[in-house]
Amino acid sequence: MRLDIDTYREILDTLTRNKSRSFLTGFGVFWGVFMLVALIGGGDGLKDLLSKNFEGFATNSALVFAQPTTKPYDGFRKGRQWNMVYKDVDRLKAQVPELDVVTPMVARWGSVVVFGDKKSTASVKGVEPDYAQVEQPNLYYGRYINPMDMAQHRKVCVLGKKIYKTLFPGGGNPCGQLVRIDSLYYSVVGVDYSSGNMNINGSAEESVILPITLMQQTYNLGDQVDIISLTGRPGVVLSKLSSRIRGIIAHEHHVDPTDEKGITVFNTEVLFGMVDSLFKGVNYLVWLVGIGTLLAGAIGVSNIMMVTVRERTVEIGIRRAIGATPRMVLSQIITESIVLTIVAGMSGILFAVAILQLLEMGNTTDGIVQAHFQVSFWTAVGAMALLSVLGVLAGLAPAARAMSIKPVDAMRDE
Amino acid sequence: MIHLHDINKTYFGAQPLHVLKGISLDIEEGEFVSIMGASGSGKSTLLNILGILDNYDSGEYVLDGTLIKDLSERRATEYRNHFIGFIFQSFNLIGFKTAVENVELPLFYQGVSRRKRHKMALEYLERLDLLPWADHYPNEMSGGQKQRVAIARALIANPKVILADEPTGALDSKTSVEVMALLKSLNEEEHKTIVVVTHESGVANETNKIIHIKDGRIGKIEENLDHHASPFGINGVMK
Repeated sequence: MRLDIDTYREILDTLTRNKSRSFLTGFGVFWGVFMLVALIGGGDGLKDLLSKNFEGFATNSALVFAQPTTKPYDGFRKGRQWNMVYKDVDRLKAQVPELDVVTPMVARWGSVVVFGDKKSTASVKGVEPDYAQVEQPNLYYGRYINPMDMAQHRKVCVLGKKIYKTLFPGGGNPCGQLVRIDSLYYSVVGVDYSSGNMNINGSAEESVILPITLMQQTYNLGDQVDIISLTGRPGVVLSKLSSRIRGIIAHEHHVDPTDEKGITVFNTEVLFGMVDSLFKGVNYLVWLVGIGTLLAGAIGVSNIMMVTVRERTVEIGIRRAIGATPRMVLSQIITESIVLTIVAGMSGILFAVAILQLLEMGNTTDGIVQAHFQVSFWTAVGAMALLSVLGVLAGLAPAARAMSIKPVDAMRDE
Repeated sequence: MIHLHDINKTYFGAQPLHVLKGISLDIEEGEFVSIMGASGSGKSTLLNILGILDNYDSGEYVLDGTLIKDLSERRATEYRNHFIGFIFQSFNLIGFKTAVENVELPLFYQGVSRRKRHKMALEYLERLDLLPWADHYPNEMSGGQKQRVAIARALIANPKVILADEPTGALDSKTSVEVMALLKSLNEEEHKTIVVVTHESGVANETNKIIHIKDGRIGKIEENLDHHASPFGINGVMK
């Protein structure tokens, strides 16, 4: 096809001659593209939102905690209360070399934290410094618990975000200030801003973190441990280790090693796997629905072009009689189809991008984007390429019909 | 200019229809000829073959020294575009294009530049006294004006032959006379070869040679130099 303004004016003419029809046809494509792009963006955004919940939590990790036994064993009746002890941590470290971090935790709910005339309830967690590798803190001020605190039994604490905001409504760096937790004063060494929804023993925002040794002493817990958190070395599948871990702990505490309830080993990996496969499913659905709608739109274009060609038999016949080659007719019809598809599709992309932008703006707090709904530039380019291909395909059948029109047909029309 | 030798054409339908049964005909350059016959006589088929709009089964058709036979669509289109100008009974203007755009169309397909073809189209419209109507759409014009636009369109590619299929079929008698006069002057002043297909004696009477066709065969060929020997064609009596 030659580059000639009239070629394009002609296409514009034919498309605008039947405005409502072109519009409705285009709407099919518009909606198809809109659905595809909006669903892709929406799916990504939802995934982002959901992964936010797991943020800062080690993916390849497991938790071990003690519950009343459900099986009688070694002379003990079932339903016996028991506790893990600090030594279990060393046993696991020594006997399961596949584990990377093995770290204990003790926790207390409903403690009261006081600073000046401000007061807040909190769950108090006693941890070792390497707990940071399981539930990653997002330190806004100061530092985390360190080995020195442990060794010297320093009375230090790290505050969660909500507690910090309650106790220090004026903001500012609280490090070095003394806060009272229950009956003792602790010096604040850090503020943890992490806000993931996956937490052990209460949300990180509403907890105070102490060195575990200190906590065991102040709350008279002996060497009792509530939860042991584990992370696997890279490539280790923790779910395959759970029975071994259970066996080691069961042996020391006279618990049936097959008692899965009594010694609960909770694999986060299973949870992450679930979310992952959920989003794989969502993704398939997005593409299926999106491409399906888009195809339906393209078929609509093809259909209408078919009708148009039939309507224009005489006109095409005249054109053929006065010198249009079949190729010119072919390219005219295909270009019409491409123009219709692309104009409609582009507005679909634009509309979807606008909607996604609004969603993204709605999900922004403090200028930080919580979830990325917006599609990437290359997704848009890809959608564009897909549209052009669809435009050509949609134009093929009507163009073939237009090509088969003989100039004689123009004169037969009476 | 036009040389037909033993042209045969059969339409194969439910019943094969032998439409042209050995047509042999010569039309010289600058002749003004009409082909007359009743409907179903094969005159339209003959015109289609002359206009390279349709194929024939056997025989020979030589147009200006070029054998027209079994052409590809592309070549056929090319010859049509360069050799032949068509005038149709129902004008066959494109409704959503203005007069000047309609006239431009053959040049557009020849690849003539936009400015040049626009200028030429305006020239031709001026010659046919249609300049004030250049930017009007066909549905804003009278039948006679539309046919004149169609004639301008047929002329613009400077064809060797003008084929007119019932050019007055859709016009009233007064306009018919005007259109025929226009064709006659084209023949006389520019020595265009013009072939008119008609079933109206009045129209045929305006031409210089009348070829009667009946049942797919050439009947008699009359020289018709005295246009007023018969009462037809005078004062708009066409039928």
